[in-house]
Amino acid sequence: MILILLKKEITLELRRKSVISGLGLYLLSIVFIIYLTFSMGLNQITPLVWSALFWITVLFTSINTIAKSFIGEKKGKDIYLFSIVHPETVIVSKIIYNFLLSSLLALTGVLLFVLFIKNPLADFSLFIATIPLTAFGFSASLTMLSGIAAKANNSNILMAVLSFPIIISLLLLSIRITKNCIDGLERSASFDELVTLIAINALVSAVSFLLFPYIWRS
Amino acid sequence: MKNTGWKILTVVLLGYTVMGGMLFEVPRLNIVNETIRALYFHVPMWFGMVVLFLISMINAIQYLRNPSMERDIRSVEYATTGLVFGVLGIITGMIWANYTWGSPWHGDPKQNGAAIALLVYLAYFILRGSVENEETKARLSAVYNIFAFAAMVPLIFIIPRLTSSMHPGSGGNPGFNMYDLDSKMRMVFYPAVIGWILLGIWIASNRIKIRELEEKILSVEHENK
Repeated sequence: MILILLKKEITLELRRKSVISGLGLYLLSIVFIIYLTFSMGLNQITPLVWSALFWITVLFTSINTIAKSFIGEKKGKDIYLFSIVHPETVIVSKIIYNFLLSSLLALTGVLLFVLFIKNPLADFSLFIATIPLTAFGFSASLTMLSGIAAKANNSNILMAVLSFPIIISLLLLSIRITKNCIDGLERSASFDELVTLIAINALVSAVSFLLFPYIWRS
Repeated sequence: MKNTGWKILTVVLLGYTVMGGMLFEVPRLNIVNETIRALYFHVPMWFGMVVLFLISMINAIQYLRNPSMERDIRSVEYATTGLVFGVLGIITGMIWANYTWGSPWHGDPKQNGAAIALLVYLAYFILRGSVENEETKARLSAVYNIFAFAAMVPLIFIIPRLTSSMHPGSGGNPGFNMYDLDSKMRMVFYPAVIGWILLGIWIASNRIKIRELEEKILSVEHENK
C-alpha cells in the first residue's frame, strides 16, 4: 500500500512538471543570487561561509518542497484517502517521497554550488553521505509539521515558524560535519555527530509516525 | 484546605534558599567568585522549566488518548509557566554572564540551545493562536507539544555536550563536579531545586484553577442567555 501511494505521488509529480521545475529554478536562482552578491566569486567565500550558505539554501528549498505535501491539497482527497488507507501508510509514503525529492534537490544544490562558487571540500564522499541523512530528518519532521500547519489558518507562515526551531538541531549537526569535511579531518572526528544525527532522525520519524494519526483524524 | 503541606514546604525551602544562598560561605574560585551564588537561582530555573514542560507533555499525551478540555488547559498552563521559568533562566544567566564573561550574550552553545528551546515553545503558542476551532486547536497543539519536547531533548541535553563551551560544568571549567566536593553548597542547592520546581507547579496549578473557573463562568453565562 505504501508503494502504491509512493508511486501515485511520483506519477502526480511527473505529470505536472511545473512544480518540480519550479523548485529547480528556485534552487538555481538562490545559488545564482549568492554567486552575484558575493562579488562574482572573487574568493570572497571562505569555506565556513560556503557551508553556512549551502545549508541555508537546502533548508529553504526543503521547507518549500515539503510544505506543499499537505498544504494546498484538495479537501476531498483527504477524505477519500482517509476512507481507504491507514494514516500510518499516508505519512510513511509521504516521508519517503519527500526524502527522495529533497535529497535530489540537495544533491543538485551541491552540483550548482560546486559549479558556480567553488568546491572547498576535502572529504567529498562523507559530505555526500550526510546529505541523505539530513534530508531524511528534514522530510520526517517537516512532513509532520506540514500536516499540522495545513489544519490551521495562514499555514505558510505557520509552517516556517513551527519548523525552524525544530530543524535547527539537525542543521547544526550537519554544519558541524560539513566543517569537518572541509577541514579534511579524519572520519572518526565526525563519528559522534553522525551517530547523533542518526539518533535524532530515528527519534523524529518515530514521533511523526506515532502522532500523525491524531492530526489526520479531523 | 487540603494538601497545604507541600505549599508550606515550598515557602520554607525557598526562604531557606534565599537566606542560605545569600549568607552561607561559598568556595572562592577564580573569576567566578561570589557570582557562584547564581547556582542557587539560575540552575534551578532550568530544572524547573524541564519538569514543567515534561508535565505539559504528559498532559498532552493524556489528552490525545482521552480528549478532555481539562487536560488541554493543564497542558497549556504548565507550558506557560515553563516558558516563564525558561525566560527567567535566560535572564539570570545573562546577568551572571555579564559579570564573568564580560557580556550578557556570548554565543555559548548552551545559551543558544536554550534560546532555541524557548523559540519552540513560542511557536507552540502561535500555533494555538492561529486555530479557531477549540477541539482542533487542542489536538494540534497537543501533537506539537509532544513533537516539541522530543525536539528539545537533543537541543538541551546532547548538542551542548558535543561542543566545547565556556559554561561552568563543561570543558574543564569550574562547575558542578567541583561543587560535589563541597557539601556546603549541596546543602543549599538541592533544596533550592526542589523549592523552585514546587513553586512552578504551584503557580501552574493556580493558573489552571483560574482558567477552569473562567470556563465555568462562561458556560453558566451561556446557559442563562
